[in-house]
Amino acid sequence: MRKRAPRTALALGVGLLTTALLLTGCTPGTSTGGTTTTGTVSQADIDKAMKTPTTLTFWTWVPDIQNEVDLFEKAYPAIKVKVENVGQGAPHYTKIRTALKAGTGAPDVAQIEYQYISSFNVTKSLADLTPYGGAKLKSDYVPWVWNQVVQNGQVLAIPQDSGPMGNLYRTDILKKAGITTPPATWDEYATDAALVKQKTGSYISDVASSQAGQWLGLLWQAGAKPFGYDGKKGVTVDVNSAKAKQVVSYWEKLIKADLVSTDPDFTDAWYQGLAKGKYAGWLTAAWGPIFLQGTAKNTSGLWAAAPLPQWDASAPASGNWGGSSDAVLATSKNKIAAYEFAKWINNDKSSTSLFASKQFLWPTANNVLTDSAFTDTKSAFYGGQQVNKTFSDISNTVDTKFEWLPYMDFAYSSFTDTIGKQIASKGDLSAGLDAWQKALVDYGTQQGFTVNK
Amino acid sequence: MSTQAVAGTATRRPRPGGASTTKKKQWRAAYLFVIPFFLVFVTMLIVPLFYSGYLSFFATRLVGGTSFAGVENYVKTFTDPLFLAGLGRTALFLVIQVPIMLGLALFFALALDSGRVRGAKVLRLLFFVPYAIPGVVATLMWGYLYGQDFGPIDQVLGFLGLGQPNLLSDSNVLGSMMNIVTWEFVGYNMIIMYSALRSIPAELFEAAEIDGASQFRVAWSIKIPAIRPAILLTVIFSIIGSFQLFNEPSLLRNIAPNAINSSYTPNFYAYNLAFVNQDVNYAAAVAFILGIVIMIVSYVVQLTTQRRERLG
Repeated sequence: MRKRAPRTALALGVGLLTTALLLTGCTPGTSTGGTTTTGTVSQADIDKAMKTPTTLTFWTWVPDIQNEVDLFEKAYPAIKVKVENVGQGAPHYTKIRTALKAGTGAPDVAQIEYQYISSFNVTKSLADLTPYGGAKLKSDYVPWVWNQVVQNGQVLAIPQDSGPMGNLYRTDILKKAGITTPPATWDEYATDAALVKQKTGSYISDVASSQAGQWLGLLWQAGAKPFGYDGKKGVTVDVNSAKAKQVVSYWEKLIKADLVSTDPDFTDAWYQGLAKGKYAGWLTAAWGPIFLQGTAKNTSGLWAAAPLPQWDASAPASGNWGGSSDAVLATSKNKIAAYEFAKWINNDKSSTSLFASKQFLWPTANNVLTDSAFTDTKSAFYGGQQVNKTFSDISNTVDTKFEWLPYMDFAYSSFTDTIGKQIASKGDLSAGLDAWQKALVDYGTQQGFTVNK
Repeated sequence: MSTQAVAGTATRRPRPGGASTTKKKQWRAAYLFVIPFFLVFVTMLIVPLFYSGYLSFFATRLVGGTSFAGVENYVKTFTDPLFLAGLGRTALFLVIQVPIMLGLALFFALALDSGRVRGAKVLRLLFFVPYAIPGVVATLMWGYLYGQDFGPIDQVLGFLGLGQPNLLSDSNVLGSMMNIVTWEFVGYNMIIMYSALRSIPAELFEAAEIDGASQFRVAWSIKIPAIRPAILLTVIFSIIGSFQLFNEPSLLRNIAPNAINSSYTPNFYAYNLAFVNQDVNYAAAVAFILGIVIMIVSYVVQLTTQRRERLG
């Protein structure tokens, strides 16, 4: 029974950090604030920068992104882009933060999920792209996505992909329960859930107790505004608002009646559940349809896509779950080229179409979303439905104002420990929200923020 | 051999001249051999340790930066319900799992040593194999075995009509973890005890057998007392291991995220504090206090057994 490795690893990690700090003669904090907003960059500067041989580093975990990079390098032969995958999600961010603290080794351009933009903005680690022409791109993107990358009038990243939420469901299981049209409202959804359980034994869907992203998407749809950040010291935490409580008490009823399951998602058991019909549906994001095709191959042709059930059928709404942007780090020495690169791969039609058709990233650029070649594609897995069209329509209904906290790592981990626990144990979800609220407020205060409740 | 003799005399009668240069050379050689280890030891253990100690007296905030905090982090640790709950959990783990594991290990060691088991060599190896499997792999494997709906354990139980318990539920997951650790380390502890058993002079229990003592009597009165130091060693290792539980909670959290919280064991808590909450300072304080708790418990165990030995 000797398991000392992790402790040593921790000590080692701390030690390495020290050495890194000592070697670079740096203290945390000095490497920030590289943003110089000295007016607008002229076209001549841009032309010059794009003709000067430069090597950019790009950290991302999008598979096969080299294809898009190749297109860019063909358009701008002077610029070379080195793509590096340093991990997906948390490890990726940890490495960026470490490099920023060390003062060297940070990439020029980095993939950042929307909910983490604030946490890099609080340390002033992202370059404001406005002087480079970032604000002009506004009309090229879906409005709610654009709001995700803008804070205090600063454009902090270029949108890459998103995940407006819809409802994927098994037509055969619902038919067995006598349901032929997807539920339009949450009330109908609850009724259908009872029918499905009673007649087929399946759960109408799984709302994972550990998936803060999905739950936040559902809160987003309901119009709740759980978080806020003013870009300086002020954060707003309101996860236990009346709206949020309305949403969770709705689910509490379904969970307690055993009409929806709450199994953790993206686990072996969950994949099995999707493939074997334990779950008759999945409330998921626009990247879900393609993901599902890979996971539940044997159920091809039995699925269909629909918008989320609505709270108010006369004003359809949706939320977002997932998606990323590409940001230029404040430490980059080639900000013009870095910006042009981040812009080009997420803005030029040849690249955005490739993202959508090869990597199956849900587009954020209007030039793909309005392209009939994209929206009219029929999917055999969904019985020939034009799934892309369904989700493009959903994308237009996403509430445009949704903000995040500058400490989402903690928020997610604390979600699992507070409300997630209540969801899993079929307990009191409202009390779970209160506990989450308290944890977020305490953490924010302790971190020196002014917390508005 | 002759050098040994020379060195021996030199120690007894130190005098300037030839012998002392030999000795100097030996010293130099000895230090040269020690230096590589010592360098690594200092840079990779002592320096980080002092740095963590240093860090634990500061507080870093996302807004406002770093400031001196004195013993604030330590005071906070003692009143932190999450830390205390984690500590309690590992203590529970310790008092239940360690006796079971060491009892099994002792039983297997005695059985193999009795010489009455056929294929003892093969068995010895088989018992030891789980220890050779990396802890991470073992936990992933058990995670699959425990899985509800698709895990073999639940399928067999379901087939026998015994229901399908969720082995990863809030109330069961600690037991499931104990099972993994026991499975993994029984062989390791058994080997330590077995090798101690092999070094007991055979005359001792041959004499006892001639006097008509049963195998159990021999085991109880001769073998176990004789390997007491080895058993004590395994106990100390196990105590340290229990308090440092990390792999199991960290990996099982992926499949049982709500049963295992981010402060399930103190070690896992320290990790999450540092890398999720980005509170390196508080994490350092927690790690230090955990280290002190381990030292105290190990020391108390050692002290009590020694006293018992003296009394006995």
